[in-house]
Amino acid sequence: MSLLSRPARVALVAGGVGLALAVTACGSATPGTSAAGGSGTSADCAPFTQFGKHDGKKVSIYSPIRDVEADLFQQAWAPFEKCTGMKITYEGTGEFEAQIQVRSDGGNPPDLAFFPQPGLLERFAGAGRIKPAPAEVKKLAEQNWSADWVEYGTVDGTFYAAPLGASVKSFVWYSPGMFKEKGWAVPTTWDELMKLSETIAAAGIKPWCAGIESGEATGWPATDWIEDVLLRELGPQGYDDWVAHKIPFNDPKVVAAVDRVGAILKNDNFVNGGYGPVKSIASTAFQEGGVPITEGRCALHRQASFYANFWPEGTEVAEDGDVFAFYLPGNDPAEKPVLGAGEFVAAFADRPEVQAVQAYLATGDFANARMKLATYVSANKGVDIGNAQNPIDKLSIQMLQDPDTVFRFDGSDLMPAAVGAGAFWKGMTDWINGKETKETLDFIEASWPKS
Amino acid sequence: MTTVSSTVTVVRPGAEDAGGAARRVRRSLTSRTASAVAIVIALLWTTPTFGLFLSSLRPEDQIKSTGWWTFFSAPDLTLENYQQVLFGTSSSSGRMAGFLINSIVITIPSVLFPLAFAALAAYALAWVPFRGRDWVYIGIFALQVVPLQMALVPLLSFFSEGVSVSGVQLLPAWELEGTARFAQVWFAHTCFALPLGVFLLHNFMSELPGELMEAARADGATHGVIFRAIVLPLVAPALAAFGIFQFLWVWNDLLVALIFAGGTAETAPMTVRLAQMAGTKGNEWQRLTAGAFVSVIIPLIVFLSMQRYFVRGLLAGSVKG
Repeated sequence: MSLLSRPARVALVAGGVGLALAVTACGSATPGTSAAGGSGTSADCAPFTQFGKHDGKKVSIYSPIRDVEADLFQQAWAPFEKCTGMKITYEGTGEFEAQIQVRSDGGNPPDLAFFPQPGLLERFAGAGRIKPAPAEVKKLAEQNWSADWVEYGTVDGTFYAAPLGASVKSFVWYSPGMFKEKGWAVPTTWDELMKLSETIAAAGIKPWCAGIESGEATGWPATDWIEDVLLRELGPQGYDDWVAHKIPFNDPKVVAAVDRVGAILKNDNFVNGGYGPVKSIASTAFQEGGVPITEGRCALHRQASFYANFWPEGTEVAEDGDVFAFYLPGNDPAEKPVLGAGEFVAAFADRPEVQAVQAYLATGDFANARMKLATYVSANKGVDIGNAQNPIDKLSIQMLQDPDTVFRFDGSDLMPAAVGAGAFWKGMTDWINGKETKETLDFIEASWPKS
Repeated sequence: MTTVSSTVTVVRPGAEDAGGAARRVRRSLTSRTASAVAIVIALLWTTPTFGLFLSSLRPEDQIKSTGWWTFFSAPDLTLENYQQVLFGTSSSSGRMAGFLINSIVITIPSVLFPLAFAALAAYALAWVPFRGRDWVYIGIFALQVVPLQMALVPLLSFFSEGVSVSGVQLLPAWELEGTARFAQVWFAHTCFALPLGVFLLHNFMSELPGELMEAARADGATHGVIFRAIVLPLVAPALAAFGIFQFLWVWNDLLVALIFAGGTAETAPMTVRLAQMAGTKGNEWQRLTAGAFVSVIIPLIVFLSMQRYFVRGLLAGSVKG
């Protein structure tokens, strides 16, 4: 009846206790070993002297960026860590939005967090959870970023968070080789784009391919489409009003803009190249949405600059390579508003070492260090375009640094989460699956939180 | 010890009826049709796992472009995914081997602590008479309806800020850092496991015949001796069942670990790593198949080697009702 003989049971318990002791012993031993930093040679450390010495201090960073990109961040700030003597603990998670709330509520927030959504940042600032940025960081941000960007890190007139990385969303991917072979030209207006689509369709290829499946976030690539077109139709001011809900979601102007997108995404002659009818858009993973371009079964795919990482291995991303991207045109070729996204560095603590990291991340030096390692885009004006690792990063940075560029943040990241990370995604998925435009927009409008 | 266990099997109340019913059930479950149905169900249930396994052995570009069944027409196997997932070249592309250790360090105490506490509590509630005993038991039982998600934030603030009532600090903050944060995870898992553990073991222990305890007490045995020499050996199947149950729960847990251990390589278990492994934009999802298999190996070994006790422990609790 007895499961274990008595000696075995004793051994098991003893083993468990022993392990527990060993682990706690390790735990108490580690802090001592990490205090050996701060021994860089003075020449290497010259650029970092302005950030001071913080020997043995620790700063924790919490961020939605993980995996390879997280490694690159850590590599990029390693010299800074070494020279200032501090230790940066980085933690990347896929559940950032939920976790940051839990950790902040539980009194265990990180020192710094990379917020991917200004909307979320605003909520934390409003609740008094995050600290206003120190004057030095504010100065750096104003000097390195355009007013549009600084505004997204500002809540009620107080500047909280400097931007970090960026991605440009207003891109249409295409195959330069295919265009050259067939004699197609890159369109510069919306009308030319539609004409080109018809030409391609007449040539027997479905011109557009798309995929909006993304697990529980299914639908977001379609919301980007709508935002991009709305930004062109309503203009930057109208776009801001729409994001702030001064223009309702089911306004006739919004309906018209969504129908404009529908003329492409819900047109069986135009989509879904390489995958099937319109409805296949909803079931195709966004990571694979543009892949048929490399197989010659689709010609155009609207997706952000980061899509450069999703092409099958061996695909050359360049103006004269296998794939490249052009700016999604609007009605007027002279006006080029850019839709994009990025992260903002907000601080939950105001210790000197935390502020030093905050300041360093806002410098052009950090952005350049990060860019030298691998693909990276930042709207930081201090970025040396020569450090861009590939042509698409270069194009993105050119667009972001252009003083004439009007930048607007991805609207779904600015709206209340119930809409921007809920009803909008779901609504667009239903819309792709056949729901009428007006009905879809009424549904999203109804989900907007009252008050 | 041996004499004791033999008496018990005889005196079990209701054993006769249960035996008859069990025999009927067994007869209907061992017929040929039942076996055929069982085999079909087993095949159906195993197919996705088998597909996952095949996928984990296929090269990246094939995982991403075709289904696992195409393996049969164009077999092409590689261990590249496992190499990447287990040992990875950079700190991001896998290195699950390190997280495997974290998982073990989290799991073993998180199973042993609740087992020990629940067994002691269950014994006290079943066999130590004291005032309000039933109310305490009902209170613990009722705690089961509290979803653990509700306790996450309070528990986190308990660790990071201690307990204070209107400005008076009653308990200090734990201030744990680095690997010491394992203690938080153990604590959390132990708390969350206790209501069910106490309930299961109490049911089991209270079914033990009272004559046994009385005889022991007449021989001068204290509660400590009774618990150790009589009760523990008798409830071993229940302990094993609850242990396996708790083991699987802790091993597969993501939420508690994410909040209390954090996502750093120092303390995060494999589940946390697995959740990050597909990359920020999910473009490395081919690693997930291999990752899932790595994380499933240990529970599989535990379950297969101990399933005998698992089934016996659960049945023992239910049949007697």
